[in-house]
Amino acid sequence: MKIVLQADKIGKNFGGLRALDNIDLKIHEGEIVALIGPNGAGKTTLFNCITGMHEPTDGKVNVFPPGQSKTCVNGFKPNKITELGLARTFQNIRLFNKMTVLENVMVGCHCRNSNTFLEAIVRGPRFKREEKQTLENSQYLLETFGLIDFAHHLAENLPYANQRRLEIARALATDPFLLLLDEPAAGMNPNETNALDQLILKIRNEKKISILLIEHDMKLVMRISDRIFVMNQGKNIADGSPQEIRNNETVIHAYLGTE
Amino acid sequence: MISEIRKSIIAAIWFSVLSFPLVALKVDYLEKSIHLRWDNLAIIAVGTFFISYVWRYFLQRVEKSRQEEVSGGIEKVSSAKTETSAQKILTRLVSLSHSKPLIAILLVMIIAFPFASSTYQTSIIISTMMYIVLGLGLNIVVGMAGLLDLGYGAFYLIGAYTYALLNFNYGIGFWMSLPIAGMLAATFGVVLGIPVLRLRGDYLAIVTLGFHEIVRLVVENWDEVLHGPSGIPNIPKPGLFGFEMGFNGSTTYLYYITAVIMVIAILVIRRLNISRVGRAWMALREDEVACQAMGIDTTKTKLTAFALGAFWAGIVGVLFAAKSSFVNPASFTFFESAMILSIVVLGGVGSIRGVILATLILILLPEYMRFLKEYRILLFGAIMVIMMVFRPQGLISDAHHEYELTPRPAGDGIRPGMSPEFNSTTGSSSNNQ
Repeated sequence: MKIVLQADKIGKNFGGLRALDNIDLKIHEGEIVALIGPNGAGKTTLFNCITGMHEPTDGKVNVFPPGQSKTCVNGFKPNKITELGLARTFQNIRLFNKMTVLENVMVGCHCRNSNTFLEAIVRGPRFKREEKQTLENSQYLLETFGLIDFAHHLAENLPYANQRRLEIARALATDPFLLLLDEPAAGMNPNETNALDQLILKIRNEKKISILLIEHDMKLVMRISDRIFVMNQGKNIADGSPQEIRNNETVIHAYLGTE
Repeated sequence: MISEIRKSIIAAIWFSVLSFPLVALKVDYLEKSIHLRWDNLAIIAVGTFFISYVWRYFLQRVEKSRQEEVSGGIEKVSSAKTETSAQKILTRLVSLSHSKPLIAILLVMIIAFPFASSTYQTSIIISTMMYIVLGLGLNIVVGMAGLLDLGYGAFYLIGAYTYALLNFNYGIGFWMSLPIAGMLAATFGVVLGIPVLRLRGDYLAIVTLGFHEIVRLVVENWDEVLHGPSGIPNIPKPGLFGFEMGFNGSTTYLYYITAVIMVIAILVIRRLNISRVGRAWMALREDEVACQAMGIDTTKTKLTAFALGAFWAGIVGVLFAAKSSFVNPASFTFFESAMILSIVVLGGVGSIRGVILATLILILLPEYMRFLKEYRILLFGAIMVIMMVFRPQGLISDAHHEYELTPRPAGDGIRPGMSPEFNSTTGSSSNNQ
């Protein structure tokens, strides 16, 4: 199967602290990979290294955008990486609070359009075409995520679970080939979590988007992931199917401690 | 109730004690004696008591409505917010300002104004319209993009001096100077923007404040080229095909030019706000990290905001130079920047209507309150304090453009790039909710 992301021997130092050490991560096309590990294992740091929020101290992050050759994204700005087709959500929700739900999603379409402010002033043909396309795509995404009724509400007024869904919708609006979800189920009740994993599977099945997610809800992880990547103290301690991970001694020790 | 009165009494006593040396004591140097003016002190005490009580009363009402809003919580999403009567009037005013007939009436009033009033009045309205454009320009930077800019007056100065110097040295006229000044101010906007790309909030405010002072001080001290503190006199008013107009005629002409520029500014900035770049500005204001993660080039977005904001200041600068026919650095002190910023904050961040309303209040009120003499600045301050306490979000805050969605029956339509199966299943489930 085609590889979409290949992280080679990623290391990240924060001062004297080695937050990531020698991480090798491969994601194939259409794969759902769960990234798990105890608190402070370096999961979010790895996310930040992949999406350009941090630059890895050593190692290389290679992405394989469809129709393009392999690109090493070390040192790229986050917006460049999003343009290549990696989109992410955040652990602590980071919506544009004082913008409407619809506007939030429309911002996601920004990097797929290229009209300039001059075209916006004269309302040129490209502006009109792209604006129409943006609106249609955003409306479609909101319908998919069941948020269309709140389209004109401010994002900050949405209930928590819907804010999480909106974040995913906004990330999808950037038209990614790899979606990185940082704890998408945090703070959701069991019903909402169920709905969420249907949604994640749907995104993968219908749009052929690969997904890398950090999650602490083991039930969700076991249900939807094709592969689980376990981290502890900045190191990769296991990598395999949910079945393998469930019975892996090292993982059990990392979570429960050794006798 | 009783406790409120008690608090007000304490406030009154405390204030009397504080103001005692200033108000009650009067030293008579000739007789070498001290008079005690108890009547003054009594007025202060009673006045403080009443102001304090009224203040507390309104503060309580604000608190109450805020609490209701919080307890309303999730319902707020689906149902209308609890509104006080003042807010209701305001929302009605806002919805009224959308109506086409009203806009038409306003336009007719703007056109007819110079014929119906004196040159003095016309001149006041010219400055009001100039401040509206300045407010709108700064609103791009502060309101939309969230970059706290305290040095906006510097671009205003640059615009005015561009016209003054071009005219003084090369005899270039008003119409040629207008675009040049706008472009030059925008360039300076980028020049200021580049070093402050990494800064936000307070730090940005300090640097932009410094920028304003640098520009002003350079002008003040560079006598040979910029004419220093004495300024540049005899700047001509815009001409009309060499047609000679008297003072009244040229003021009227400038009035119409300003009005047209104001209308253009309103239209252009409105279009910018509801476009790709406008949404990028708002995203930048709300969360810079998320904004960048959504694929927006924050560098470019910030510089566009600075440049487009400064552009309008440059244009208004030319108008100012033409209107007063004299420029010197004293006209562009920090007070100018603060004034324009007050307009934006009072009007409601990001709202065009708010800026217009706030300009009318902040520029016209002190103008027509001249009978209050020096107290009108006090009034100005009081308005600002009261506004910030009771309506910190500004006069008109809910300025969100409602993009028109295509009405769609359940389960209809195939989106580009999506399989019909995905579309129909999700479409119907979400629409049936």
